[in-house]
Amino acid sequence: MNNKKAGNQTVVFQSPPVILSKYNIVGPKEGQGPLKDSFDVILKDTYDGEKSWEKTEAKMLETAMRGAVSKANVPLDAVDYILAGDLLNQIISSNFAARQIGLPFIGLYGACSTMALSTALGAMLVDGGYASKVLCSASSHHDTAERQYRLPTEQGNQRAMYAQWTVTGAGSIMLSDTGVGPKVTSATIGRVIDFGETDANNMGAAMAPAVADTILNHFRDLNRPPDYYDLVATGDLGMIGLQLAIEILKRSNLNITNDFTDCGVMIYSPSQDTHAGGSGCGCSAAVLTGNILDRMLSGNLKRVLLVGSGCLHSPASSLQGESMPAIGHAVSIEVSKAV
Amino acid sequence: MPNDNIRPPTINLTKEDYNNIKQVISPKPKVIKNLIFAFLVGGFICSLGQMIINFYMIYLDLPKMKAQTAGTATLIFIGALLTGLGVYDEIVKIGGAGGIVPVTGFANSMVSPALEFKREGNVFGVGGKLFTIAGPILLYGIFSSIVVGIIYLISS
Repeated sequence: MNNKKAGNQTVVFQSPPVILSKYNIVGPKEGQGPLKDSFDVILKDTYDGEKSWEKTEAKMLETAMRGAVSKANVPLDAVDYILAGDLLNQIISSNFAARQIGLPFIGLYGACSTMALSTALGAMLVDGGYASKVLCSASSHHDTAERQYRLPTEQGNQRAMYAQWTVTGAGSIMLSDTGVGPKVTSATIGRVIDFGETDANNMGAAMAPAVADTILNHFRDLNRPPDYYDLVATGDLGMIGLQLAIEILKRSNLNITNDFTDCGVMIYSPSQDTHAGGSGCGCSAAVLTGNILDRMLSGNLKRVLLVGSGCLHSPASSLQGESMPAIGHAVSIEVSKAV
Repeated sequence: MPNDNIRPPTINLTKEDYNNIKQVISPKPKVIKNLIFAFLVGGFICSLGQMIINFYMIYLDLPKMKAQTAGTATLIFIGALLTGLGVYDEIVKIGGAGGIVPVTGFANSMVSPALEFKREGNVFGVGGKLFTIAGPILLYGIFSSIVVGIIYLISS
């Protein structure tokens, strides 16, 4: 029966789904960052002609979805499911983008881990035989997140040095049961872990234990050596969370010697003054569909582990004094030797 | 409270250990630098207010009380204008409390929700959210003035 599952939390795909295409769209600040060449569309301003930032975010997500479909060169009707999520209440960006596209839609909430979560679930659907083409997406917008989670955007305040900057961006990949491209080979679904962090600005510290736990489980479940992956990219712990995750893994006897970085660290340069780096569903979505898959397609990377990290609190739970539960989901993406 | 009676996390770490390494890794706020910038920015705004008041007294011949009221109103106008132009949050980013505490900061806390929530309509958007930040300041400001007033009444 359960022959696709390995260990406690990991599934290994028997016929690994192929990433047929990818597409992303980001805001102006991300477009000035070090990864600017890996983005398909860079907006000139954060509104892009819409009346509100919420409308802009939904439109960005729709653009990312349509872009992935057209780059995959498949008719829209051939797509079986859209899997998407974002940060806003009732995941409105995804709902409204899915309304415009009109395909069967599964809305997800995994906070900033959504891109890894949608990829993991999409791969399960495809490998399970329930779908042939699945669109996996995520989006976030700096200003919609800011006004929902924090303060009005023009309200003056000093952000903490460990605070992260929500990325304006959306990314989408098309998973397919046939075709050529990097393959999603396994996925580790994380557990919700809470180490008692209560400072809502310190999301990296809240998420690091959950991410480290998922990484550790992934390596143990699959019995993989620490240097198996060319790149382990968490998305998005930020600078502080990344250091914490590395330290936790060291104490748990897992020393990842190869490239171990974070999408939130990659997307901005230190001179952009974002403090601890990027966050938001759009961060790992834009970095995966941009820099990481570009490097895989050009042959510079063969095996990548993307570990999405989500902080599962709300403004209300934080005000009520609750600590911040967090989660990490890992997906391994590999380029087979034949390609 | 989180349930501790579940399968423990796989990572080899106690909450106490984690707090310790968090202390080491988390960046410390730059207290001295922030203090100096708050002093300079706050001092500049207050000096500007004094200049405006002096201007009203010397050139418009207003009595001192009226000049102070007019000066405060002018600062509120400047704070609101700079918020609308998207500049005031940049000032506070540098100046911290030096930008929040003066009356210009109060203007910022009123205008920024007004700008932010106008898309949700005039009643439930601007009307409902206008005092999200200023509301607590007003509530506890007025409340404490009542308490002080009662103490003054009793003691005199």
